[in-house]
Order: sequence, then C-alpha cells, then structure tokens
Amino acid sequence: MSTEPSSIDDTQQALLAQGYVAERELACAVFLALRLQRPLFLEGEPGTGKTEIAKTLAAMLGRPLIRLQCYEGLDMAGAAYEWNYARQMLEIQLQAQGLNGQEQGDQRVDREALSRDLFGERFLIPRALLRAIDPKQDLAPVLLIDELDRADEPFEAFLLELLSDFQISIPELGTIKARQPPVVIITSNRTREIHDAVKRRCLYHWVGFPSAEREAAILRQRVPGASAALAAQIVGFVQGLRGIDLYKLPGVAETIEWSRALLELNALVLDPQTVHDTLGLLLKYQDDIARVQGSEAARLLAQIQAEAHG
Amino acid sequence: MAEPLAGRAEADAHHLAENVMHFGRVLRDAGLRIGSDRIALALQALQQGGLASRRDFKATLAACLLDRADHRLLFDQAFHIFWQDPDLMGRVMAMMLPSVESRAEGRSGTPPAQNRRLAEALFPRAAELPQAAPPPEQRIELDAALSFSQREQLRQRDFDTMTVEEWAAARLQLRRLQPLFPRLLTRRRQPAAHGTVAWRASLRTLGRGPGLAIRHEAPRERVAPLIILADISGSMSRYSRVLLHLAHGLMNPAPSACSAGPRPRISCHVFGTRLTPITRALRQRDPDQALAAVSRQVQDWSGGTRISACLHEFNQRWARRELRSDATVLLITDGLERGDEDDGVAGRPDLAAEARRLRLSCRRLIWLNPLLRYQGFEPRAAGVRALLPEVSLHLPVHNLASLEQLAAILSERTP
Repeated sequence: MSTEPSSIDDTQQALLAQGYVAERELACAVFLALRLQRPLFLEGEPGTGKTEIAKTLAAMLGRPLIRLQCYEGLDMAGAAYEWNYARQMLEIQLQAQGLNGQEQGDQRVDREALSRDLFGERFLIPRALLRAIDPKQDLAPVLLIDELDRADEPFEAFLLELLSDFQISIPELGTIKARQPPVVIITSNRTREIHDAVKRRCLYHWVGFPSAEREAAILRQRVPGASAALAAQIVGFVQGLRGIDLYKLPGVAETIEWSRALLELNALVLDPQTVHDTLGLLLKYQDDIARVQGSEAARLLAQIQAEAHG
Repeated sequence: MAEPLAGRAEADAHHLAENVMHFGRVLRDAGLRIGSDRIALALQALQQGGLASRRDFKATLAACLLDRADHRLLFDQAFHIFWQDPDLMGRVMAMMLPSVESRAEGRSGTPPAQNRRLAEALFPRAAELPQAAPPPEQRIELDAALSFSQREQLRQRDFDTMTVEEWAAARLQLRRLQPLFPRLLTRRRQPAAHGTVAWRASLRTLGRGPGLAIRHEAPRERVAPLIILADISGSMSRYSRVLLHLAHGLMNPAPSACSAGPRPRISCHVFGTRLTPITRALRQRDPDQALAAVSRQVQDWSGGTRISACLHEFNQRWARRELRSDATVLLITDGLERGDEDDGVAGRPDLAAEARRLRLSCRRLIWLNPLLRYQGFEPRAAGVRALLPEVSLHLPVHNLASLEQLAAILSERTP
C-alpha cells in the first residue's frame, strides 16, 4: 500500500480501496502530482472532499499527514518556525553568569559565539511547514495546506519558496531543504482568488459536485448501513436541491451527514416530515431552509418517487 | 523491424509535442495566461501517462494548463475544437463556410456554442477573409434575442471626456470620503516605536552590538475593503457619470493620497436590469479610457431597475468571492424599482430579504441616495421602505462633496 501508484487507473483503485470515490479527472491530477512531484492545488465548493483527499493520500501512501490550517494573520512564526525566546533568554543569563565567574578577558569573542549558538537548531521550534521538509525524517509526509483563501495575501508569498524548491530559508540559520519532497495538497474554498504566483507552481483541479452515480457510490462507501433504496432517494433529493437557486448548495459532506442522521432516526424512506425535521443538516442558511421547506421539498420528493417508479 | 517503429514513435511524440504547444498558444491568445513553463509541464506530464483515453488526455492538460475555475469553460471549448478533428484545416474551412458546416452537421454532431474570444484566437484572420452571408437561422435567433430583452432597452452610451474642473472636483470629493475607509487592526505585526516587545528582533541585536537592545512591534493596520454597487438605471442617469468618476477616483487615488497609508481593495459593480462587474475596466488609470471601457461593457444604461434581482445575483455569484465580512458596501441607488412590475412572478427575489442577506455578510451597508437631498423626502416607494431597515447608514449623495460642487457637476448633465 505504501508504494506509489503506477498509472491513473491504479491511483483511482488505490483511492477507492481507502474509501475515497474519486472521479477520473481528480485521480489523474493526483497521479500527476505524485509523479511530477508538484503541489496539487484543489479549488471547489465547501464539503466536496478536498481536505479528505489529503487524508486519504496519507493513508494510501502510508505517510504521516501534516496539516496547516490557514487563518487570517497566519505568519511565518505560526506556519514555519519560531525561535524559542524563553530558552534563548535563559541561555543568555547562564552565559552571563559563567562569564562573571571567569576572567572577563575575551568577551568579544564570546559574544559572537553566543549569538551563533542562540540561533542554532537547539532553539528552533519547527511548525508545520518546516516539519514537512525536515531532512532528517525517513518518509516524506503529506503536507495539507488547508483553506489557503482564509490566510491573507502576504502569507502566500511565504509559500513560494517552499512550493517551488521544497526549502525554507531562515536568515539566522541558513536554508533547510527537504531530502525527499513532500506531497503537498493545497485547498481553497475560493472566497478570494489565490495569487497566480502560487498557482503557477501547482497542478490545478476544480472539485465540483459529484454526479448522481458517483454520489451514490460515495454513500455506499461512507454510509454502508443505508439501504440501496434510501441511498437512491437521498442522492435524488440532494441532486434536486442543487438544481434550485440556493445561497449555499449542500456538498457531499452534508449528504453523508444527512444519511447518517436518517439512519439514526431509523428512517427507511424519505417522507415529508423527516425531511422537514432534518433539513438543517443539509442547508445552513435560514433563507434557504425557508425556501425549500414545505412545497418545494414535497415537489422534490414527488419527483424522486416518480423517477423511482418510472 | 524495431528501428523504424521506434523512429515513428519518436516522430509521433514530436508531432504531439508540437500540437500541445500550439494548443497552449491558442489558449494564450484566447486570454489565458499560460507561460511556456506550463506547456513544458504538460509535456512532462504526458510522458507519465494520460494518453490512454481522450478523457485522461483532457484531464492531464487541464491540470497542467489551467489555474482558475473561470477558465474551465473556455478550456473545454478550445479542447473540443482543437483536438476533436486531427484535420484542423478542415475545421477551419467548415467554420468559414456556413453552407459546408450545415451539410457536415450530420457527420460530426452539433458544434458547441463557441466563445467569440476563442474563435478569434483560433482563427485570427477570420475577419479579413471574405465572409459568406450569415445563414438565415442565425438571423432569426438574433431577432428573438432582441425581442426578449426589449424591456432592458439595451443602449450603449457614449461618455464624452472629462473636463479638468470635473476631474479636480472628483479628486476633491475623494478627500472627504475618509470615513468610508475605517482602519482595522490585523493579526500581523510590524516594527514600531512602542508596543509589545519583539523578541526575535531584540535577540538579533545581540550579534551586532554590545548588549541586548529591546525592539518593539505593534499590530499592522489594514483598510477595510470597499464594494460599490451603483445603480445606472434611467432614474439615476443624471448621477451615474459622476458616480463612475467617483468609483474610478477611489480605485486610482492621486499620488499624494497614496502616501496616506495602505490602500483599500475596491471592487465595483453597476446594475440596472442586470449586474455588470466593472472593476477591471476601472483599473485603467486614465479616467476617460476607463469610462469608455465601462460604457462598452455595460448593456443596460438608463433602462429599468431590478434592484432585488441584481442584489440577488450579487449575493449568489459574487458575495462569496468578493465580499469579506469586514467589507464596507456602498449601495448607490434611489431605491426605485421600476420598469417591469408586471413580471412579478413567484420566483422574483424579495428586496428586503436580499438586502438583509447583503447586510449580514458585510461590516457596514451604506446607502447613498441622491433623492435624500430634497427636503421632505419620505420613504414612500416600496423599494425604499424595504431597503431602509437593512442599511447601517442612509446618506444623501451630496454629503460626499460640497453641495455646490456636486450640484454644478449634476446640472451640467441635466438633460
């Protein structure tokens, strides 16, 4: 399982073995990212399995997963490395005491040695990005840079060196370069456009909503307890919802959550009352819920039933 | 036996590489920014696989050549045309001669709806070639389109150039707009004279001089982004030119204003019966060129207003991409829905609900209403009453500038 897939088919199969139903295009992008050792940039609606692919890849390749969740104001200290100031201060204190004990002859040389020592690896706290390229590890990890669009624009510039050369330059210490490049997955919900310089270094794939067949296959994988009839109804209903002009369309994650909830409620088929009670699992805006509840939901249910019989 | 086969495979690979390169150039001409590094990457990728089927081939090229979602449609069309038929010249001939195309239709299926930009990229000299008369079907289609959008009163509008005084006046207005750009603290820090201790910078001073010098840092400030939604319908036509100047001035501040601090991110949309993003057009530094670009882009000058439908479209299509929760939204309209009350079918979005959606997704929703400058303005129109409870500030436009100057500019445009 820990070997790299040898073809696109192989990639699709291996992902499926881990419970991830990938469309052909995604499998192709993943395969190429592994082969060409390029970061993979995934963009798409929330809840369509972008983060999941990184977790699945880590399990599939038998490599550790390092995750960097982006947020507004994330900087080098939070993402790559930080100096351990408390220990540095302590070290200064200790050295000063040591100096006082000795003859205060060659203080100048000592200061240079101290400053060199203070910015050594001993005092470096590695964060996610630096850990991902640590040359001392045996297996290159899977690095997930999640929701890059949440970080502010200056942060993207930090990533450029890492994404193109898999290295980070620390002014005080030097350049740290990965022995074996990590598998890098970057996701974005597209709340803003990511800068071209980042995208240029990556392979790009847009993760869309799945087709009905693929969504059914995903449900079979993820919620094996659901009967085929219920799963078909769930998929039909969700696919119907995506055809309505809603503010936020439900993703695959919502479909899976909803199916699990319906199983908990021992629902065998979809009926108007159950849909009414559990709609909050699919739709997360009050306007959308108000819009679908009642007649619209009834229309969708009737449509699924007609399709099932017809 | 193996010798000629290998030679042929090499020749094929060479042929493929050339075609991929040409495909990349077609995409580039169609407006996608594809550097030669992306094409090299695609060729590298194709050596790894992706030649097994047409779908794999397309996915491979897409992963390597694309970098934004907007371009997927254009890519699909280009791929369809370019790789469908190895005999590209045949396709070209088919496109040049409508009569040939109609006969060939049964053979190759219906051609996809093609993007004009793409057609120009694929066949750059098509315009120079003698064009056959368009087939009659096409003409009927055009007529249908016109009658359908009759209500929108499609009208291109020509702006005359801006006078020096107008330009000076617009600049002057901008200085009074500072309250529109509140400063927000970010979680990023910068060196400062006072503030919290910057440990890293302080410890680094050890290497330079005698002893430890304490350095400080403070949170960096950012200007809240601004989104302008301007009404350009008939009832607003007297103001729309000034408003566009205003928007352009905000996006391209005078050099002296630049030094004032961080510049806000501004995006601009105009609406009448439809919503048109004009941010890109307004980025031109020259105000007249920028406005000319806008007037080319906008189709519904001085027509009716469908505020609710346009707000709905903004909420659905643009809000998630452009509207951050700390943004200020400037809604410039008189709040009068007019033109097509009769199409109030069930699907029509509710203005109050759309305005609420907008208010909930931004920091401040400011309504600039030119009607408010009249004494005794009363919120009687339905649109005004729906909007009022949802806005954080309701200002007359003339508050932006000195009353005399704005009036002077407006009176010039009064028909």
